[in-house]
Amino acid sequence: MISFLVVNPFIDSLLKILSIVGLMTVSAMGLIYLERKIAARFHMRLGPTRTGPAGLLQSVADALKLVGKEDIRPASADAWSFELAPYFVFIPAFMMFVTIPFTLMLNVEMLTLGLLYIIAISSVSIVGWVMAGWGSDNRYALIGALRAAAQGISYELPLVLSVLCIAMIAQSLNLNEIIAQQTIVPNILLQPFAFFLFFTSALAEMNRAPFDIPVGESEVVGGPFVEYSGIRWSMFFLAEYTALLIMSILIVALFLGGWSWPFGEKLGTSWQILLTIMKTSLVIFLIFWVRVSVPRMRIDQLMNFCWKVLIPLALIQIFLNGLILVFHLPTFLLAVSSIMLMGVLVLIINKSMQNLNKNHIVKNNLESA
Amino acid sequence: MDSVEKLLIQYLPVLIAAVIAFFLVFSALIGSRLLAPFSIEKQKADTYECGMIPIRSANTNIGIRFYFYAILFVIFDVEALFIFPWAVSFIALGPESFIFMSIFIFILLIGLAYAWKKGALSWR
Repeated sequence: MISFLVVNPFIDSLLKILSIVGLMTVSAMGLIYLERKIAARFHMRLGPTRTGPAGLLQSVADALKLVGKEDIRPASADAWSFELAPYFVFIPAFMMFVTIPFTLMLNVEMLTLGLLYIIAISSVSIVGWVMAGWGSDNRYALIGALRAAAQGISYELPLVLSVLCIAMIAQSLNLNEIIAQQTIVPNILLQPFAFFLFFTSALAEMNRAPFDIPVGESEVVGGPFVEYSGIRWSMFFLAEYTALLIMSILIVALFLGGWSWPFGEKLGTSWQILLTIMKTSLVIFLIFWVRVSVPRMRIDQLMNFCWKVLIPLALIQIFLNGLILVFHLPTFLLAVSSIMLMGVLVLIINKSMQNLNKNHIVKNNLESA
Repeated sequence: MDSVEKLLIQYLPVLIAAVIAFFLVFSALIGSRLLAPFSIEKQKADTYECGMIPIRSANTNIGIRFYFYAILFVIFDVEALFIFPWAVSFIALGPESFIFMSIFIFILLIGLAYAWKKGALSWR
């Protein structure tokens, strides 16, 4: 379908990226509207209703307001890092679109090292967060930025290790090849633990609830972005929703079989688009659902969970995967090992919850006594 | 030479995407500068801090625990980079490479256990 455009690699990719600009803007606005609407329904509210039919134009109105809003830079802020931070946050988020597989043919360029590229680029935005926090010369912003950095780099590791689990099974870093191998069995059935790892650390990388400590309104009033207003602030917002979209498509590609599963890869392009959109919407809905149902974690719980639970278990999973694959043991053992590790994880979480409750009861008794 | 050129052409879209993203942000900032009102007032440019005028600059010393995590991150991220080329080729390389890699992962696990025992992982 797209093949008639392939005249010159430069013009070809330029056109595709320009069309992605449109896609990104529309989808970010749509996601903002959907998140507000879905969160409202979970809270038994109505959400936006006044702007346009069923509040559909709310995001457009917000965008217009943000463009027309005064853009203030605090007098004591560090001009260079304050002004450059939106670039550092937005550009990496946008660059990730290059190797995102919408369908078999519909992508800007399928890099052979696509997974490594995405992992590398996605962590650049942490620099932007720290620049925003440091440059604002505001205590809330600085604390938020440091938390964002600590959380971002910590959860980068489970993310990379879960991607490695998939790369070991697929023996490739090309996203289209990884999807093509999932025509019969999606990776979520082979590696449910890797899916959990990726989902959790993607939430943490995007600073979404329950990992929204860096931007927690009740603690650091918006984190690194307190001092930003108007169009600069909306750049951060746009980058956040772009990252949400990309991470969801990535989860779909890595674990849910992307455009191929369950009907095989010989489908037409429109079917592939439909499959991708449906699965991506499902993942995005799941992310919204987690946001409205789970309370924010404390930072010590967050770091302990990452370093003492997720990373050791992920390394064990890589070892087990290697053992099974290199000696050509039956494939179902991959699923068995992954489910076992999942069980261990559930046990650990359960035990720490019990401890938490016990401490809580003891404290309450002390207070009442 | 040919393969190198091919590789570079593959990354041409990455460069284009970076440039377009830069101009997106740039044009948005310019557009806002043209559309939005600008009135420079001294009070407005104060740092936001609960209505108080902040004392001293906010850029002060930072807790040492952030550095612990940063150092550990560097170690483990480099390790993950080492695993990447192995992960996509270890079946072809055979059991020998798997044994070497498990020794490597084991050493790292010992390192993690050491950091854990020393208390570098506990948030105080």
